[in-house]
Amino acid sequence: MSARNSGSWTLRVRQAMDRHLPMDHLLPDRQPYYVGSWVYVFGVITIAALAWVIVSGVVLSFFGPQWWHDSSVGRFFNSLHFWSVQLFFIFMVLHLWGQYFMAGWRNGRAATWMIGVVIFGISILTAFTGYLSQQNFDAQFIALNAKDAMNGAGIGAFFNVLNFGQMYGLHVMLLPIGVTFLVVAHIVMVRARGVVKPIDPEGARP
Amino acid sequence: MKSMGQTQEEYYRGVRMVPYDLLKELLLAVAGVGVLAILVAAFLSSPNVAPVTIATWSQTDPVDFVTTATGELAGTTTSAGYGAPYNTTPDAYQHWGPFAPQAWFGVRIPIDSANAYVIDPLKHAAFTNSTLGASLSQWQTATPDQQAAWLDAYTKALAAATVKDGNVTVASGDYGPLSLMMSNLLGVAQTGGLDGLLAINGRFYQTDYTQPLLFMGDGGYFAGLAANEHLSGDLWGMMNETGTYPGQTWLWLYTMWYQVPPFTSDTGFLGLNAGNADLGIVLLMTVLTFLLALVPFIPILRDIPRWLPIHRLIWRAYYAPNGQAPGRPASVKPLGASVPPAP
Repeated sequence: MSARNSGSWTLRVRQAMDRHLPMDHLLPDRQPYYVGSWVYVFGVITIAALAWVIVSGVVLSFFGPQWWHDSSVGRFFNSLHFWSVQLFFIFMVLHLWGQYFMAGWRNGRAATWMIGVVIFGISILTAFTGYLSQQNFDAQFIALNAKDAMNGAGIGAFFNVLNFGQMYGLHVMLLPIGVTFLVVAHIVMVRARGVVKPIDPEGARP
Repeated sequence: MKSMGQTQEEYYRGVRMVPYDLLKELLLAVAGVGVLAILVAAFLSSPNVAPVTIATWSQTDPVDFVTTATGELAGTTTSAGYGAPYNTTPDAYQHWGPFAPQAWFGVRIPIDSANAYVIDPLKHAAFTNSTLGASLSQWQTATPDQQAAWLDAYTKALAAATVKDGNVTVASGDYGPLSLMMSNLLGVAQTGGLDGLLAINGRFYQTDYTQPLLFMGDGGYFAGLAANEHLSGDLWGMMNETGTYPGQTWLWLYTMWYQVPPFTSDTGFLGLNAGNADLGIVLLMTVLTFLLALVPFIPILRDIPRWLPIHRLIWRAYYAPNGQAPGRPASVKPLGASVPPAP
């Protein structure tokens, strides 16, 4: 590092990235032989389902609520969004259980596990606001029931489940940004540290 | 903690590496999941039961509509006495001992049931109806005791009301202007006017359906439709969905607590009971979520994966008999084997 650049924040960040996340870690062409287990598939198919959730959601938000009720193409994309979400949750829960039984938080990976749990929580909130944004009988029923839980906990004063505009805005904007950002962070952390080794007698704790 | 600060190369030293194509795996996964999602969407569609409107409610069950509207005027409905965040009904909030977040923020979404659902809509209708205007004046200038007497008599008469040509008829009695007011409100509702009035609430653009939803929730018609669709709270409530669709299955743990003590009990346990179930369950789920996030640091919870042999199924090649897995690092021995103390 030259004396002229020794105080450069940009240089320091680039050097840290080179050190902790070189391209051969970010886009690896080799992996430990034990990663061949089928359990590892749950993570990548969760990401694949999320990709379809986002693509179908972008199409729905572009054409708007009337479209997904009144046209057959709109209803198809609504159904694609619906089932992509269902698949996303199925795969995510399988991934979560898989990582639990592999104790995936070992060897300095606790933050990766914790971010995964936060993604799970925000995903539930995102799906919940999606159900409230359906503009059908289910949305009405869920809103009327959920308001008591929100109000009882004091959350309803700011998070009004009967307010379609608020729920729709959260569903298509803020919450997906949160999920996507955290998923990217989760993946980068996995790629930076690599996949955890199998459990050995002294290695089960973080 | 031995790998903290290690580079990936150091962490994997001695481990046999095999070829891997991350992008190919990801694209194949996207394609496979996409085909599955498209097929399921095409063949199974998605829930699309039409929403209930106040117009359909008042046309289908006019007695329930008028009874609910009368209850709003009398202040006896659920929303009229709900408390925060809708109105200021004393002590109408959930609390666990002194912990009462529902009461902390006061009335953030004000709903005056009598005016919002009955008086204000009738004022709109009275623009072109002088008879209705006179009835409204009679109601508003009457004493509270007189209003209460009319409401009590009319509510009792509604129990034996009949419907003819969409109109509600009650036995003769002293109801003051109530019969005429409710007849006009029913007429406005049946034409769809009340849906619009409650939704726009004095504005042009709006996306907030708090008023009409609370009004419909106060009646019996909406709850009956939900029960017919097997959505009721005792059937795991909002986790369910119309038809045979899976619903929000990921909420199973949250909705389960509503089915078990102490949240089904009047006496409860440690102050948690059916009366503060919403608050108690939200708090419980918050604690459980933190516990899940902190599993790596919680003894027993973090040790269970080591005790259960499920990881042996996942890493079968690694735990191959006699420790002969190809490329296995010499320092790692099978579970249960005698090992020297960690350095």
